[in-house]
Amino acid sequence: MENLNALAQEAKDAISAAEDNATLEQLRVDFLGKKGQITALLKGLGKLSAEERPKAGAQINVIKQELQGLIGERKSSLESAAVEAQLAAETIDVTLPGRGQSTGGIHPVTRTIERIEDFFSTIGFDVVEGPEIEDDYHNFEALNIPAHHPARAMHDTFYIDETTVLRTHTSPVQVRVMETQKPPLRIICPGRVYRCDSDLTHTPMFHQVEGLLIDEHSSFADLKGLVEDFLRAFFERELQVRFRPSYFPFTEPSAEVDIQCVNCGGEGCRVCSQTGWLEIMGCGMVHPRVFEYSKIDTEKYAGFAFGMGVERLAMLRYGVNDLRLYFDNDLRFLEQF
Amino acid sequence: MNISEQWLREWVSPSLTTEALAHQITMAGLEVDSIEPVAGDFSGVIVAEIISAEPHPDADKLRVCKVSTGSETVQIVCGAPNARVGLKAPLASIGAVLPGNFKIKKAKLRGVESQGMLCAEQELGLSDESDGLMELAADAPVGTDIRDYLQLDDTIIEVDLTPNRADCLSVRGIAREVGLLNDMPVKVQSYEKLVPSIDDTFPVELVAGDHCPRYVGRIIKGIDVSLPSPLWMQEKLRRSGVRSIDAVVDVTNYVLLEMGQPMHAFDYAKLQGGIVVRTAKSGEKLELLDGQTIELQSDNLLIADHSGPIALAGIMGGQSTAVSAHTTDIFLESAFFTPVMLAGKARAYGLHTDASHRYERGVDFELQCEAIERASQLLVDIVGGEAGPLHEVVSETHLPVLADVVLRAARIEKMLGFQLEAKEVERILSGLGLGVTVTDEGWSCSVPSWRFDIAIEADLLEELARVYGYNRLPVSHIHADLVIPAQPETELSPRYLRRHLSARGYREAITYSFIEPGLQQVFDPEISPVPVSNPISADMAVMRTSLIPGLVTAVLRNTNRQQPRVRLFETGLRFVPGPDGSGTKGLKQTPTLAIVATGQRYTENWAMDKAAADFYDLKGDLEGLMSLTRNPASFEFRASQRTALHPGQTASIYHDGEEVGYIGTLHPTVIADLGLNAPVYVCEVELAVMLNGNLPAFSELSKFPEVRRDLAVIVDKSVASAELMSNVRSAAGSYLTDLRLFDVYEGKGIDPKRKSLALGLTFRDQSRTLSDEDVNLAVEQVIDLLDKNYNAELRN
Repeated sequence: MENLNALAQEAKDAISAAEDNATLEQLRVDFLGKKGQITALLKGLGKLSAEERPKAGAQINVIKQELQGLIGERKSSLESAAVEAQLAAETIDVTLPGRGQSTGGIHPVTRTIERIEDFFSTIGFDVVEGPEIEDDYHNFEALNIPAHHPARAMHDTFYIDETTVLRTHTSPVQVRVMETQKPPLRIICPGRVYRCDSDLTHTPMFHQVEGLLIDEHSSFADLKGLVEDFLRAFFERELQVRFRPSYFPFTEPSAEVDIQCVNCGGEGCRVCSQTGWLEIMGCGMVHPRVFEYSKIDTEKYAGFAFGMGVERLAMLRYGVNDLRLYFDNDLRFLEQF
Repeated sequence: MNISEQWLREWVSPSLTTEALAHQITMAGLEVDSIEPVAGDFSGVIVAEIISAEPHPDADKLRVCKVSTGSETVQIVCGAPNARVGLKAPLASIGAVLPGNFKIKKAKLRGVESQGMLCAEQELGLSDESDGLMELAADAPVGTDIRDYLQLDDTIIEVDLTPNRADCLSVRGIAREVGLLNDMPVKVQSYEKLVPSIDDTFPVELVAGDHCPRYVGRIIKGIDVSLPSPLWMQEKLRRSGVRSIDAVVDVTNYVLLEMGQPMHAFDYAKLQGGIVVRTAKSGEKLELLDGQTIELQSDNLLIADHSGPIALAGIMGGQSTAVSAHTTDIFLESAFFTPVMLAGKARAYGLHTDASHRYERGVDFELQCEAIERASQLLVDIVGGEAGPLHEVVSETHLPVLADVVLRAARIEKMLGFQLEAKEVERILSGLGLGVTVTDEGWSCSVPSWRFDIAIEADLLEELARVYGYNRLPVSHIHADLVIPAQPETELSPRYLRRHLSARGYREAITYSFIEPGLQQVFDPEISPVPVSNPISADMAVMRTSLIPGLVTAVLRNTNRQQPRVRLFETGLRFVPGPDGSGTKGLKQTPTLAIVATGQRYTENWAMDKAAADFYDLKGDLEGLMSLTRNPASFEFRASQRTALHPGQTASIYHDGEEVGYIGTLHPTVIADLGLNAPVYVCEVELAVMLNGNLPAFSELSKFPEVRRDLAVIVDKSVASAELMSNVRSAAGSYLTDLRLFDVYEGKGIDPKRKSLALGLTFRDQSRTLSDEDVNLAVEQVIDLLDKNYNAELRN
């Protein structure tokens, strides 16, 4: 039986030294195959006595099973090593940029309009648009700005002909809605507007969002609440908001709305001309004459309107320092939004 | 309007700092734009008199002056051309500090000692420029601190008034507001009425009484216009931004600033016959005080005499009757012209005067007599003379009538959101000068002549809110019924489209709606665009008929800035005139989507195709948008031609058979002309068709396998693949579930006039597994069609 142990050791050494499946298979054949050496030992059991035979047979079988197990283990270990080697060979630089089309972006003015629309549509305002070449009636007269009204000088109007203008605000859209729909109304009107003015702080085209609410019980207090809520939501901070009496022909009482400077927090800086305040929008209760033009009962209904310049809001929100960049469409600018 | 704080405080002087006062009136609706000191920050400057002025021994332009300071005589070296004996000028003596913390020390100029500095206005921060020493009045008290003498511890408050508050275009008007806000009485400036010493009057005829309901005139004879207006008056004018001219003009300007009543003085000797207030006749001309001669229009209101026009009423006087150094007798005018008549008239001649500014907004129609009395008294005090009686001509029926305005207590609560105490309401209203009568529902108010802007209840509500303080008014939240609004699922939002384009690598641009006319013609020569009648510049003179010119310009600007790869889109209106091609009749303002692309297909990337994008990149992106509608089959591309686009690379886009846009490559000559250096692909399509989609409609998934057959056919190059595909689809029958054109080949091995198309046909049925015969039959029908209609040969 020393022979068996020596043979077993020889086989074990060979198995653990095997480097591939073929060698292993050969070892299996050599030791465990039909003509293998272990098989030969089993075949030789017949020569032993009946007493010795079971013991020797058991010993050989133990060895046989052990070797089968070792071959199997060695085989799977070789297989997993091969897989690992292959995986190692397939390693890539995962930090390389991915493939495909790069993402574009939305213009900051549109982005700002969309945000404003979201705030108001959440509380039931409809978004309405209208023509940009507008008639004098809707742009001025129906808003209580008759011909030669001094307020017209405030508008620097672009004219197409005597009775047609490029709308100077989006308020004519409100008039068009009041003409065709019955109160209660809750609308906002975003869009391009035009004024004949061009310098560091004015472009001849810009964007406004104007809002209008008409129902049986709206008051200046509601207007104040809505405007304050909106501004705080827009700038995402607890801003101070103040209302200053002003004048628009289509609202009365009218107010300019100032917010605490978002740049310096009200300390006074270049952005707010050291005042700590920024003029941000205009608003007021709809003037009874505007209601009369649109045949809305001034006794039953009350309403308020507000309007804001989108470029200005976007400038303050994103820190843009030059108005003209908005329409220059420089990719280096657009890519920042 | 600029107002001197000192002047205001002569009328009403609350114990508030300048800043607090400015804040108070700002918050009452009279917005303060700026607060500026009237002089720079300086000290130690006194009134001095030049006793002698000798040439400097070593410098041509310098003089050595002996200057009296009242207590001593000092030597000053001075370079000002007007340094002369007898001149009184400000002296900054040793130890004085001038603006900018400039300390005056003993100095030697070219070897001669100077014990201080004689000053120009600019050096004291009194003006922006000066050309010599400041010349003080002959009676200026030598030795007095200049700050005291000129009362320079004052500020100029610049108030930006809204057009409805014409009543505040005067010191008196602002004083009224300040009085009300501080609950203080406003001092009434008392002056004695002049007792006429002569009987002369000049006839006045109101032909246009509807436009000039009141005209008050007075003759003053024997004045001495060489006498200057007093220092206090000149200083008040200067601080209000008005230059001192001569005493007569200064007085009329002073009264305008003090009371808000514009006035005019004519040289009486030059008037003929009498004053006629009338509208102009055609062909009449008038030379104005500023030297320009204007041709008058029939809607101009004139002051004429029997010789013709002598002034443009309420705007500017005429040159022929102007007061000059030789004038001894004047005719003073104080009139009320209606705002409606004067609106826009000054601007029509490029004019804007203190008078026109006030008349257009409205002047207190009861102020004329008081103002002319004030002016006469000032004039006689300054330039002497004998005044005739006031001559007032009124067209009673045309004077404004201010109706009483009713204010209901209930409306205060409804509109302002709270109940204001009756006592407070009455305090505010009467503080505004209104006559207040209590009624059952609230109050009835009579309106003072200077508040002609108050006509309806809302005006009173605004006044209440304003004076009470907007920021003291309550804040509440709107309430509404929560109703789920309609949201049609078939309508896509422009927002969705923009996000999709953005995901495909496009950036949104916003270009101007008005463009350069030449550029418009490059792209749409068959359309004459809508011109802007007063464009801001020549390159923004017509309304765009397409979004492409603006986007292409943006492309050019970017490629010029080393950005060769540009992908932009824009949504907005394009403006196409009606069929008669002019004006605004039939004008269409169409919401439009436009997309442009140039440069490499992909942004530079280690792994990506470096090839330039082409027509099919843009088309693919557009088709991507079209499939968002879930109805891409409603769109069709047909080869077409279009100005500015490549004749062989342009397609018109149809939606349900209607032309809705186009896509193409810019024409090479346009590329060259615009200075671009690479192909640019453009498309433009009506936005509405891109936003109108189909609802998803489910169809059963088949349990049976599909069969795919590929066919490669050679057809003429001119065959439009879309049409071929459409015909194949019908020929293949109802089992066909998918048809793809998976390869197009032209070139080696194929007739140069032909191309090879590889079609992949997928068949499947809902209810059974298709047999070979089923599929073969369908494929044979397709081959048959290709053969007959396209003379196609089958490739193997």
